[in-house]
Amino acid sequence: MINSDAKTILSVRDLRASVDGTEILKGLNLEVKAGEIHAIMGLNGSGKSTFSKVLAGHPDYEVTSGTIEFNGQDLSGLEPHERATAGIFLAFQYPLEIPGVSNREFLRVAYNSHRKARGEDEVDVFDFDDLIEEKTDLVKMDTSFLDRSVNEGFSGGEKKRNEILQMALLEPTLAILDETDSGLDIDALKTVAEGVNKLATPNSANLVITHYQRLLNYIVPDYVHVMCGGQIIKTGSRELALALEAKGYEWLLEEQAVAS
Amino acid sequence: MSAVAVRDRYLESLLNQATLAAKTSSLTLDTLRATAKALVQEQAFPSNRDEDWRFTDLSSMLETVFQVPDGVTDTTLDQAKALLADISLGTYQAVFVNGTFVDSLSNLGDGLNVLSRLAAPDSLGQVQGNNEVFTALNTAGFTDAAVIHVAKNTVVEQPVQIIYLTVGDTLFVQPRCLVVAEASSAVTLVEEFHSNGSSFTNSVTEVWVQDNAEVTHLRLQQESTKTVHIGKTAVSQARDSRYRSTTLNLGARISRHNLEVYQAGPQTETTLNGLTAIRDKQLADTHSLIALNHPHGTADQLQKNIMDERAHGVFNGRVYVPQKAQLTNASQLNRNLLLAPKCRIDTKPELDIVANDVKCAHGATISQLAPDEVFYLQSRGINHDQAQRLLIYAFAMEMIEPIPVAPLRERMTQYIQQWTV
Repeated sequence: MINSDAKTILSVRDLRASVDGTEILKGLNLEVKAGEIHAIMGLNGSGKSTFSKVLAGHPDYEVTSGTIEFNGQDLSGLEPHERATAGIFLAFQYPLEIPGVSNREFLRVAYNSHRKARGEDEVDVFDFDDLIEEKTDLVKMDTSFLDRSVNEGFSGGEKKRNEILQMALLEPTLAILDETDSGLDIDALKTVAEGVNKLATPNSANLVITHYQRLLNYIVPDYVHVMCGGQIIKTGSRELALALEAKGYEWLLEEQAVAS
Repeated sequence: MSAVAVRDRYLESLLNQATLAAKTSSLTLDTLRATAKALVQEQAFPSNRDEDWRFTDLSSMLETVFQVPDGVTDTTLDQAKALLADISLGTYQAVFVNGTFVDSLSNLGDGLNVLSRLAAPDSLGQVQGNNEVFTALNTAGFTDAAVIHVAKNTVVEQPVQIIYLTVGDTLFVQPRCLVVAEASSAVTLVEEFHSNGSSFTNSVTEVWVQDNAEVTHLRLQQESTKTVHIGKTAVSQARDSRYRSTTLNLGARISRHNLEVYQAGPQTETTLNGLTAIRDKQLADTHSLIALNHPHGTADQLQKNIMDERAHGVFNGRVYVPQKAQLTNASQLNRNLLLAPKCRIDTKPELDIVANDVKCAHGATISQLAPDEVFYLQSRGINHDQAQRLLIYAFAMEMIEPIPVAPLRERMTQYIQQWTV
């Protein structure tokens, strides 16, 4: 929902970032305000996933210039866990399996790390169990998944639902969904989208990275950005996503070439 | 004096010491000891030039003159009691302090006895591999031995716990245990090795699993990091029997565990799980052998090693599948986690397969903590150190969680929690 009076959550200016000495992000600009849903689309290799990892603070990516401000705070120098407790959440494209760590234990440790960062007491096992069971309903997840190892042996859809469960628990200010829809059947997609929509508040924002317009039928964006060559080359409304779906990216790239 | 002469002299002095400690109860045992003594005399103290000892260097032992303990004093007994307090499961238990059986700390019964009160069973010292130098050294000179005899069709409900405590420095102690599980019986054995000084433990445990019997064997080596521990577990499995072991190597300065399972009939089931967690300059070596010799056997082995700081792990896993062992299903996996730049693992799966109709799988992995797993946890608000600890803990707990004796499982869980801090 666009509200011009809303406060700015994320402000990215002329961001450049490299991995192993290769520049992937080449001057990216983006402004996200509270209550908004932004979609980022683009071809493979355009830098979408790199952008999400840079926001979350992945150590393999080096920011070479530009700034990222989150709630007015400069993110450079913040460790990944500090970004997380500050309110940034990245739903992974490929959530990792962690054999030997139960999902319940993982979620509790993560939740308590957020509470500690806010100066609150940690919740005990019993209070946490009540809380987490309530959250599993939201993503229609069977509670038996809580006692299995994190993502181990989960189907693609179960892994993505588990990501949304973590989001529901941690209640981020900015949620970045990195191709959360890819590989999902339509039922799983609807469940994931419903979860995301229920979690949306006027004070938080979503950044949805996707290949497919299909997801945007269920999570309706306020803005659609197209990434190419490490920059956002076009920003539009939802209609832009429909145009991309119908006509592909070629026309847009040609338009860019003519403009430059 | 040449290096060879130094080692020969050293082995000779160990043998002399061992002979001093030997208690003799019968003619059978005398004969057994004499044979073993002759076997030791024929052999040399191992060096790195021996293929079997390539990675495990015992030369630092040569600087210490180990001596057999001179009885058990009241002070020793008090220290032993203090060690025992946290360990005892409160079930049937035999406690050996500095190699000597201590009746007042033990609770015998239900097939658990000690050799000094029995005639030596015919099976003592008979499992294959008994000619190996340290095994023969033990046979030549062990003081007391635990004997567990489970009668036919008997199921021992409570775990039987054998505890070997060594209190003091430069002591040479040779624990010995014999387990005979008769046909269709079942027993759970917990063996624990603890010490508090710079001693040398040379243990031998023989397990006879007779037709259709089931032995669950939990072996914990948690000796002082000044101790040298050499241990042999030799298992003979008759037809349709099941042997399941979990071996935990946590302590000792240098430890070597020779775990050998010999199949003596068809359709046996063998499960070997092992966890080594070492740091500082500890060295832990597991040499396993599964020798199949009959059809329809299954063997499943998972050995996990965690090395930190300058620790050195060694794994040599031999699986022997000769022509006769058709329709065998064997799998072996060795997973290693290296936590510091200066720690080390030498791993060598050794599959020797002649039979043609078999399924055998093996693998060895060596890794550091996966940076992407650490990042995943960090991205949920867990700091870097805590993320690492959680992952190490998880790696270890895969071996701890299946331990069927709850108090031991809980004690090991706590140990791993503290170890990862």
